[in-house]
Amino acid sequence: MTTTLTSHRPRPPAQPPTLRARRLPKWLPPAVALGALLVAAAIVYGAGIGGPVLVVVVGALLYLVGLFAAANAVEGRRSARNRTWSALIHSAFVLAVLPLASVVWTLVTKGLERFDANFFLTSMNNIGARDPEGGAYHAIVGTLIQVGIAALITIPIGILCAIYIVEYGRGRFAFAIRFFVDVMTGIPSIVSGLFVLAFWVLVVSPYFSSTGRPGFSGFAAALALSVLMLPTVVRSTEEMLRLVPAPLREGAYALGVPKWKTILRVVLPTALPGIVTGVMLAIARAAGETAPVLLVAGGGAAINFNPFENNQSSLALFVYQQAGDASRYAPARAWTAALTLVALVLILTVAAKLLARRNRLGR
Amino acid sequence: MAKRIDATNVTAYYGAFKAIENINLTVEPKTVTALIGPSGCGKSTFLRSINRMHEVLPGARVEGNLTIDGQDIYDRDVDVTAVRRMIGMVFQRPNPFPTMSIYENVVAGLRLNGVRRKSILDEAAEKALRSANLWDEVKDRLGKPGAGLSGGQQQRLCIARTIAVEPQVVLMDEPCSALDPISTLAIEDLMFQLKDKFTIIIVTHNMQQAARVSDRTAFFSIEKTGDPGRLIEYDNTQKIFSNPGQKKTEDYITGRFG
Ligand SMILES: Nc1ncnc2c1ncn2[C@@H]1O[C@H](COP(=O)(O)OP(=O)(O)OP(=O)(O)O)[C@@H](O)[C@H]1O
Ligand SMILES: [Mg+2]
Repeated sequence: MTTTLTSHRPRPPAQPPTLRARRLPKWLPPAVALGALLVAAAIVYGAGIGGPVLVVVVGALLYLVGLFAAANAVEGRRSARNRTWSALIHSAFVLAVLPLASVVWTLVTKGLERFDANFFLTSMNNIGARDPEGGAYHAIVGTLIQVGIAALITIPIGILCAIYIVEYGRGRFAFAIRFFVDVMTGIPSIVSGLFVLAFWVLVVSPYFSSTGRPGFSGFAAALALSVLMLPTVVRSTEEMLRLVPAPLREGAYALGVPKWKTILRVVLPTALPGIVTGVMLAIARAAGETAPVLLVAGGGAAINFNPFENNQSSLALFVYQQAGDASRYAPARAWTAALTLVALVLILTVAAKLLARRNRLGR
Repeated sequence: MAKRIDATNVTAYYGAFKAIENINLTVEPKTVTALIGPSGCGKSTFLRSINRMHEVLPGARVEGNLTIDGQDIYDRDVDVTAVRRMIGMVFQRPNPFPTMSIYENVVAGLRLNGVRRKSILDEAAEKALRSANLWDEVKDRLGKPGAGLSGGQQQRLCIARTIAVEPQVVLMDEPCSALDPISTLAIEDLMFQLKDKFTIIIVTHNMQQAARVSDRTAFFSIEKTGDPGRLIEYDNTQKIFSNPGQKKTEDYITGRFG
């Protein structure tokens, strides 16, 4: 080890005579940015090759070059590289945030138009193409019920499954489970919908319905969503459980605590914040699914609180239907429903995080 | 109350790697036994096989015979949790439970084994924390997270956690390696107190400490890297430090080796 190191670097670098170094004045980087933008605007509009977007892109590139040159002249090479890289990293951040901000902006501006009491308190029942009213009450109810049932099904199964894989699973069986969970991750939502359609709606549901005929239901949609949520919950919980350090488990074992109790009282609480995040991701994904709901819950314009009988709609499906509707009032409803869906998921996530944090001790 | 431990031909593996081989020693009740030896010679491994913590690691196994008061610890019918409740352990690196407060950490062993009564828990917590010389430092912040303590405080917290369940045998893996001289003395005092009732086995790299606290000393060593650790000499502490029977022991304790 030492020999290779010394052969690469025969002498230690010379010690600088002083710890202070020349720095670029504070105003210079913004000035360079401004200059770069002006030059870029001159080039782009002068040559007539593009609009504001190109100006920003060219300006950013010019800024990087200009910053490097300025820093290189004043501060030296190492510092110039440092500045350029941090500028690059910040631009990457901006690039990543831009689409997100744009989505939020579009949603809010377009969604606020119908963000009124009527929208949240009425359904689409008896709303014709000429009626400006009509709302998503039935769809909100449907989403909450379907996602709620799906969460009730998947969270216990998923967490238990992950505990089995991480804490108990040995050999072939655990390997097979992991493999099938991986395969499930790749199931397209439409396939999951078709599966529930073929299995539950057509085969099983006649036995439960009062008429004895197959029927759509919110519960069927919840089943289809469960199929989609399960692998996400299992995999994220699994990762979180693996992150819990082994010495913690050993500490509990050494106190004579049985394994199941160690898992319940030491391992799960330690992994809880991460597990909550994974579960919320799964819920958010399920809440945005359209295809399975369309296939097995059938949609519908009326309010239906009963998940076991008759059609139910959901917010995602409502967005899909309204966006394709011929009525000129429909697009506004679609935007508001989309905004509602995003807000709903956001509220649920924040609430879950707060709950998880309440169980932890403040650092 | 105190238990006698007999190890006969104990050999421990990590997968295919043999970490210790044919360890034979007897630990008398109500004594302090020190395990000394160079790093990597298998002291922790031996200690962990005494309360069946070794087998927790995947692929790790123990051969040979370990008994406590004549009962085989590795018998098929033995309940592992009962063994561990009887033989407590302080680990080489402090491992407080991060989701629990200081108080909850100390009473974790009692609580998770079904003790509910608040008065019992409070009393046990204070007693254990006082014994571990931590009470004065934490008595005003028992509700704060255990992970927010300094390294040495965490180590003493783990000691308190271990003795709160009053095990018959206490295994300590370098309990003082992160402690200042004052706390070290307090822990050594604690060992003297515990010795009245319990059996103690301690791993230490501190020769003076071994000489101060222990009645018997076991010297472990390895021939060379990759070889299993062996018990070189096991005798009264006084004898080991004044007149060791083996050249290797003498070299080690006088600092010529290891
Ligand atoms: N989890 C493990 N997996 C594989 N090998 C291990 C593991 N833990 C320890 N070993 C090996 O077993 C041997 C004995 O290790 P052990 O921890 O018992 O040494 P030790 O005497 O306690 O050393 P130290 O004084 O440094 O704590 C070493 O060679 C070590 O590399
Ligand atoms: Mg060790």
